[in-house]
Amino acid sequence: MLKTRIIPCLLLHEGGLVKTEKFKKPKYVGDPMNAVRIYNEKEVDELIFLDIDASKENRGPDYGIIEDLATECFMPFAYGGGVTTIEQIRAILKIGVEKVVINHYALGNEDFIREACKHFGSSTIIVAIDIKKDIWGNYKIYDHVKGKTLSGSPLDHALKMCEAGVGELFINNVDRDGTYSGFDWQILDQINQKVTVPVIACGGASGLSDVKEVVTKAKVSAVAAGSIFVYQGPHRAVLISYPSQRELQQLFS
Amino acid sequence: MIQIVNYGLGNLGSVQNMLRRINVESTIVKDPKDLIADKVILPGVGSFDTGMTNLIGQGWISALERIVHEQKVPALGICLGMQLMTNKSEEGVMKGLGWVDADVVRFPNGDLKIPHMGWNIVRPPKNDPSIFNMDQEELRFYFVHSYYVRINGDAEQIGTTFYGNDFASAFRKDNVYGVQFHPEKSHKFGMSLLKNFAAL
Repeated sequence: MLKTRIIPCLLLHEGGLVKTEKFKKPKYVGDPMNAVRIYNEKEVDELIFLDIDASKENRGPDYGIIEDLATECFMPFAYGGGVTTIEQIRAILKIGVEKVVINHYALGNEDFIREACKHFGSSTIIVAIDIKKDIWGNYKIYDHVKGKTLSGSPLDHALKMCEAGVGELFINNVDRDGTYSGFDWQILDQINQKVTVPVIACGGASGLSDVKEVVTKAKVSAVAAGSIFVYQGPHRAVLISYPSQRELQQLFS
Repeated sequence: MIQIVNYGLGNLGSVQNMLRRINVESTIVKDPKDLIADKVILPGVGSFDTGMTNLIGQGWISALERIVHEQKVPALGICLGMQLMTNKSEEGVMKGLGWVDADVVRFPNGDLKIPHMGWNIVRPPKNDPSIFNMDQEELRFYFVHSYYVRINGDAEQIGTTFYGNDFASAFRKDNVYGVQFHPEKSHKFGMSLLKNFAAL
């Protein structure tokens, strides 16, 4: 049986790891290299690193930190942040990263995504879509660089990206980010039903029961989370953690 | 010493990072004439025809066959590297290396998400676990692939994995080994496997 992947999603900001709330208030939670070493010990399924400054600062990836991470990551890992060229993707993969996440630059750049998938293979390219409800309660794409929702529907964008050849979709719910309010599994279900590629759900996990719910109800292939793997307890004390394989097995049995 | 073949495809960095972690000496070899190691790893991420085109174009075939067939050096194909060791693939039109009598076919469309991506269980034969000899109840490895190997001839299927159906996640033919998953990204399981390979 293929196991559902449970993926810590780690945010890079000003050289450290942070956790955000609704994409705001980045709070320092530690040193990325230290976190990777702990996640190695805990045998995590996979890691996703997102540099949340790169696109905003209109700069490319920081290869130095990516290389440091790759040297220590003995599990698959994806990097996202500031990727806008084929050459950047080539450089990231050469360092030893498995997958590259493209978010902001995928908006309106289907040809770039198509070219990237053709060059490097579908399974290398993840498109991330940040979603947020507008004032009418409809989910829209959120542009974190502009800090506002766009007019297009997340599903249409997702379908375009699939058509362009991406291997995975990472759907991140801005409204739920860091709120411990559970996944909005219905929107994930709507998207997942229409696409053929694996969907990674992110945004809202308060614990493993939420993970189980979104997997059971939306049938997503993977679940990513931040808070539950970097905080512990009601006061959100920083603690890098990950469930044991036994816990994960019991969760889905 | 292990040499990792750099034919322009695959994340050589992560293979070498893991070998370094388990204290196995390795080098990445770019020129076929430098192929002199007592073990060789053929990694690979990408398409079948690109892989064969690069192997042929860069002059790897005769160098590889010299050490694998004549000197009987243990060779490990990883992911596409495993697939290239077979006769042919539905993914392309080119002939494979043909070291193992097997073909590469695509997972059927239907309920399965393709690619087969993530952690899955590998079942080695109980009497002869070979490179899977490790003290673990259940062996988990990380997979990313849309095509899988179907063994025709006398190669041994030393690893079996279920995705829709059972398929060959690892094979052995004399000194030639292939694994469909990525040991270099399968933490302790990968480290054990590469240690076993290094100790052959």
